[in-house]
Amino acid sequence: MRNIYLEPRTERSAFAPFLVSMLAVCLTIIAGSGLFLIYGKSPIAGFHAIFIEPLQSSYGIGEILLKLGPFLLIAQGLAIGFRARVWNIGAEGQLIIGAILASVVAIRFDGSTSSLLLPGMVLAGALGGMGWAGIAAWLRTRYNANEILVTFMLSSIALQILYYLVTGPLRDPQGFNFPQSITFSAAATFPILIENTRVNASLIIALVVTVLAWVFMQRSLMGYKLVVGGLAPHAARYAGFGEKRAIWLALLIGGAAAGIAGVGEVAGPLGMLQRTVSPGYGFSAIIVAFLGGLHPIGIVFSSLLMALIHVGGDFARLSVGLPSAVTDIFQGLLLTFYLASSLLLTHRLRLRKPDAVLTAEAAE
Amino acid sequence: MTATIIFILAGTLAATVPLLLAAMGELVAEKSGMLNLGVEGMMAVGAAAGFVTVAVTGSHALGLIVGGVAALLLSGVFATLSIVFLANQVAAGLAIGILGLGVSAGIGKNYEGTTVTPMPKLSFGALGDVPVIGPALFSHDIMVYLAIAAAFAVWFVLQRTKLGLIIRAVGESPQSAHSLGYPVALIRTACVLFGGAMAGIGGAYLSIAYTPLWADGMVAGRGWIVVALVVFGTWIVPRVTLGAYLFGAISLLELSIQGLGLNVPSQLLSASPYIVTIIVLVVISRNPVLIQLNSPMSLGQTYRPNG
Repeated sequence: MRNIYLEPRTERSAFAPFLVSMLAVCLTIIAGSGLFLIYGKSPIAGFHAIFIEPLQSSYGIGEILLKLGPFLLIAQGLAIGFRARVWNIGAEGQLIIGAILASVVAIRFDGSTSSLLLPGMVLAGALGGMGWAGIAAWLRTRYNANEILVTFMLSSIALQILYYLVTGPLRDPQGFNFPQSITFSAAATFPILIENTRVNASLIIALVVTVLAWVFMQRSLMGYKLVVGGLAPHAARYAGFGEKRAIWLALLIGGAAAGIAGVGEVAGPLGMLQRTVSPGYGFSAIIVAFLGGLHPIGIVFSSLLMALIHVGGDFARLSVGLPSAVTDIFQGLLLTFYLASSLLLTHRLRLRKPDAVLTAEAAE
Repeated sequence: MTATIIFILAGTLAATVPLLLAAMGELVAEKSGMLNLGVEGMMAVGAAAGFVTVAVTGSHALGLIVGGVAALLLSGVFATLSIVFLANQVAAGLAIGILGLGVSAGIGKNYEGTTVTPMPKLSFGALGDVPVIGPALFSHDIMVYLAIAAAFAVWFVLQRTKLGLIIRAVGESPQSAHSLGYPVALIRTACVLFGGAMAGIGGAYLSIAYTPLWADGMVAGRGWIVVALVVFGTWIVPRVTLGAYLFGAISLLELSIQGLGLNVPSQLLSASPYIVTIIVLVVISRNPVLIQLNSPMSLGQTYRPNG
């Protein structure tokens, strides 16, 4: 070890971010093998169930595309904030509030066949997510309250609001007291995009948001200001880019995207509001954003991978009998190894020259 | 009425133990400049490891130790990421937080819904028979008192010893501490590991004494409240301790109000600790001088020894 040292890189290679993410995936697979062995399962069978089986059936591919939507949406929004060093970890809560507001619209206009109903729900969901994240932005800019803690607390509060609404005001009166709303009408749900799957038109919104995120971050002056504000707040302030505006912008964008993801759930595979709106999309999307290098294109790949892990985890539970905790551990390992590997983005490993060579060089 | 007062007093003392232990650990880590947001995950790992240990061996002392060691190992991952691999502390804390929740679920998988015998109560003889005071203050397991002792010990070490001075110096300016010849990376690692062990013991107390029943996700946001507590207490031990007891009392409020039969939605009660956290955070943070004067200068910043 003493012969290896770190040398800061003078320039970044274009492929480095991709290689770093791949390294993290490889390390996760190696560590994951150990995990499978602990549970007395064959690593080969386990990985086959997670990474190969879902790709072998149209059902599996459909489920991956279904989960791709929320990951893309939320992670693109979060990444914009993270690049500005605004740590919104409450996307789960913003998703829930978005889902609630969209459901309120769907329930209020139940029976309507207007083609404006669904766009109205998307708008309501986006505003809901923005509003919920906006509370954190307001408390941070006005009262200096740490947005990490506030967004997390708001997530927990959002969940309790959801529980209250589905057991009370928004519960289906004819639903035998089940904690869920009425089933939404066809006009209040996204049309199916691919036959015989649950993939719906909300995926198109996620893809459009991806393109918008790319334009915003890579091509717009405002996106540039945000990134500079995150990397060098003092320089940014000197140049007249307000920190407060960056915080507002980052949280509102992240909240809107998460809110729309919530609409995609209630107006998509669920077709109603219920206690479980999301299987933790908002938290997994944090990992997706990092693994994608906080870059709009990278996030497309990391979203696909995360969707595969989520679907594959379900497959592995059924076919190999792996506990669901394995998927959670996998996600934690993925982010851990990504952060470790990221050192190679800014540094390179070098072999130290033997002392004799150094002395000879010094002598010359 | 007396019964309610006893219930609240005694309950608060017990409910505060996990918060106080974990908060003291996080405080020490933050004093050295390390912002570890993975407290929730560390407490969850400690809770699971401690519970399984007691379920298997029946020893509560061993449960606390194993819980502490398990979370210490997890905090070692955080230290490695942020000190050796120079990772952003916020991201590294989130990573071990997520990892910890997964590992916790994995450890406790076969124990879902099972119980263990709670930690035995100490006997204070005649003191325990004094009306009100006896059942309120002298009807507890040893951890209720050790947690207070731990808070005092942390205060003493930080404020009255050379070690404390070095930790604080590292937290204020790792560059200066390095110039003075102190091993910055080593001290920061040690403080993070201490924080991990304390969070783990706090988590274990939760599952083997406070509610000796295993349910996945039983830490239920306490780890995040702990992170907030350190901010509330503006990095000052007595204030953090006071905050921990305040939040211990709030968690009791939920049970008391339900007991009184008041018609409050249970969801509002469940959300109350989070709502109160936000309100207190706003009240404390709105005075930027208070935060700036007391928060360790290098908190959350990656230290690169070579420049």
